[in-house]
Amino acid sequence: MAIKPAGTLYRGKVGMWSWVLHRISGVGIFFFLLVHVLDTALVRVSPEAYNIVIESYKTPVVGLAELGLVGAILFHGLNGLRVIAIDFWSKGTKYQSAMFWVVIAVTVIAVAGFTPMHLARVFGH
Amino acid sequence: MSVTIEVPNRPRTRKQANWEKYGWLFMRVSGPLLIVLIFTHLVVNLVLGDGIKAIDFAFVAGKWADPFWQVWDLAMLWLALIHGTNGMRTIVNDYAGQVKVRRALTTTLWAVCALLILLGTLVIFTFDPCPAGASAELLASFCPAQ
Repeated sequence: MAIKPAGTLYRGKVGMWSWVLHRISGVGIFFFLLVHVLDTALVRVSPEAYNIVIESYKTPVVGLAELGLVGAILFHGLNGLRVIAIDFWSKGTKYQSAMFWVVIAVTVIAVAGFTPMHLARVFGH
Repeated sequence: MSVTIEVPNRPRTRKQANWEKYGWLFMRVSGPLLIVLIFTHLVVNLVLGDGIKAIDFAFVAGKWADPFWQVWDLAMLWLALIHGTNGMRTIVNDYAGQVKVRRALTTTLWAVCALLILLGTLVIFTFDPCPAGASAELLASFCPAQ
């Protein structure tokens, strides 16, 4: 009886997925940073110009996107600390998986705490 | 069965500085600094007080009237842009196969980075929290026009 070969999909587990998430969150934050430097630069144009553009940050759609931005920044920053620990701490590779779940847990808890506060401001009057 | 590995008869030598190493090190030094800078930025601007609802010209003026926040935001601007651009360069190196494409993208990235650092630095240091001729209701409470 022929043995059906297992799939050849690379299964890097937590190490691979943390790397993927770090890249995606990093690229997202980078492009937001470009926009954010430009919108802040409008304070040098006039108070009116800055206020008009910053009002768009308080609309429901952008307000919801800000939750994703905050989550991406938290994950990227904390996972960066995990990468540093893997590089410089002698037990880093042993605990890399546990550290990943700590990063995820802290990110989820912080975003969960921020969400009701932020959405009340965005959707409130 | 044993595998014989050739013993290198001389160490690898370089004539130039190891920029990849400095880049690698920069990411690990700027990273923790950016965590302090940006996490505080998020708490002050999005959590404390009225959060996003309170942000307008007068809010920014109130912060940048204080040299502490000028230096804070300046450090954030430089470190975040260099950290982000170097990260994008790493990604470009991974996926852009052709030398020409890679060079064009990397050059564009650093040009944009330099331009935004220059713009942001000028904005922070030439900013007037109480611009003459602006309508009083848009200005911070400490402005004479108020």
